[in-house]
Amino acid sequence: MSSDPILKVRDLYRTYDIKGGLFRKSSTLTAVKGVSLDVERGSTLAIVGESGCGKSTLARMLSMIDAQSSGSIEIGGMQIDIAKTGISREMRQMVQIVFQNPYGSLNPRQKIGHVLEEPLLLNTSMSAAERRDLALEMLQKVGLQPEHYGRYPHMFSGGQRQRIAIARAIMLKPKLLVLDEPVSALDLSVQAQILNLLKDLQDEMGLTYVFISHDLSVVRYLADKVMVMYFGEVVEYGTRDDVFSDPKHDYTRTLFAATPQADVDSIRKRLAAKAA
Amino acid sequence: MTEITPNGVDTTVLEKESRNATRAMLTEFWYYFSQNKGAVIGLIVFLALVLVAICAPLIAPHDPSLQYRDSFLTPPAWQEGGKAAFLLGTDAVGRDILSRLIFGAQYSLFIGVIVVSIALAGGISLGLIAGYVGGVVDTLIMRVMDIILAFPSLLLALVLVAVLGPGLTNAMIAIALVLQPHFVRLTRAAVMAERNRDYVVAARVAGAGHLRLMVKTILPNCLAPLIVQATLSFSNAILDAAALGFLGMGAQPPTPEWGTMLAEAREFILRAWWVVTFPGLAILITVLAINLVGDGLRDALDPKLKRS
Repeated sequence: MSSDPILKVRDLYRTYDIKGGLFRKSSTLTAVKGVSLDVERGSTLAIVGESGCGKSTLARMLSMIDAQSSGSIEIGGMQIDIAKTGISREMRQMVQIVFQNPYGSLNPRQKIGHVLEEPLLLNTSMSAAERRDLALEMLQKVGLQPEHYGRYPHMFSGGQRQRIAIARAIMLKPKLLVLDEPVSALDLSVQAQILNLLKDLQDEMGLTYVFISHDLSVVRYLADKVMVMYFGEVVEYGTRDDVFSDPKHDYTRTLFAATPQADVDSIRKRLAAKAA
Repeated sequence: MTEITPNGVDTTVLEKESRNATRAMLTEFWYYFSQNKGAVIGLIVFLALVLVAICAPLIAPHDPSLQYRDSFLTPPAWQEGGKAAFLLGTDAVGRDILSRLIFGAQYSLFIGVIVVSIALAGGISLGLIAGYVGGVVDTLIMRVMDIILAFPSLLLALVLVAVLGPGLTNAMIAIALVLQPHFVRLTRAAVMAERNRDYVVAARVAGAGHLRLMVKTILPNCLAPLIVQATLSFSNAILDAAALGFLGMGAQPPTPEWGTMLAEAREFILRAWWVVTFPGLAILITVLAINLVGDGLRDALDPKLKRS
């Protein structure tokens, strides 16, 4: 394994205080319990787990939306602790995020061009013309047309919107891109297009992905390393082939067993079993 | 004008597409608005009123405060004893009612615009802060607004005018203060609904500061209910100003304000019906037209009520 980790996470915790009411004691909920991981430059780490297992909390901490309760995050050699130090421009440019729901992640009153230019406007001192040229270039890169520049988000399909969200996230050329279930709201054929786009962009720009998903076939296609989370804890962490061929933890096995088999052989087998 | 970007895109094409997108939004808005026939009629009446107010010096047959000593309480032209020169008759001191109504439209629209602007500006800023910041600030702002809302609105306006002194300006300030809590509440509710949406988080990740998030990201998405409320408040403001004028606390005579005209005509209700009827009708029609427009705007802007 190459030893150029762009993201180093050590013993990360996130707890939420649940306020007590009249009849309820206040308590704390630990959403992420002691997660440690490394992601190498240009590789993809997939985080798999059921709903509510802390994947999205982890994603929010990695993309500096929420602060961690304890533990350390190091991105590109820089310690991240937004609760203590706040966020600098430099930190902002290192991580970007793509959300699950392409219908909610674009401002309905903002034209696509402005959506793409906003990160540049806020983080660089480029002129309007430079920003526009970059935005146009990015539109083409993610497979959209330049004339989409002046349109509103509601004029696009889900897949196109997700392309726009991806384009916005990579406008600043981040070192790390967090993808929070980017394809689970899309239908299958569009999923494949978006996944191919992500793969192409990774090859072209050398991006590093943290890919959060509950869809194992997607993970198998995209990931270099796989991490399985269960109730906030990491139960399985290894390379894709290791995890898929030899799952160590019970939960991982259950998870694999729960995946529907859609290849031709297994369909034939199922039909044969039905006919018998 | 034609400029080619480095990636070979014609900027005029881009601009055209951008304009088309804006136009498509407006077309859609107009489609839903025009589905509501009442709203279109209201809009036409309102636009006519605006036109009348703007052209008042041109179309008014007489000076609004000129007293014709030879024709006190002349009935409307079509009644017995009416004069063609005074189409809607004259009041107790011989002023032409039609001219006064026409000039009164100026005052009414002026009151509406000023009151709604003050209430909107204050309401939006307070509501944005309350909804975005939350916590103690939110509680503080909202409790103050609750206190204002606990008073009957006209009574509170009356008290304020009594404190500030009677006059049109003070009446407008008082009415704006009374209408403001509604805007604060609406803005706060809309901001709270939008605040945690993904696009706001995305803008934050892109590096937007608090002010930018509040004003440029969240506010434009909260405008729909505010526009509707602003329209309805416009008519409320006219109504309240007329009420204050009627009670002698608003515009002072001889200002041709509709409510003040009603107040002056109070003693002649039984003898000369036209002195009270026409200002009353003017208020009624204006308020009705604006409310209809407000309903249409709600249909066009509020996606929850669309096609329901």
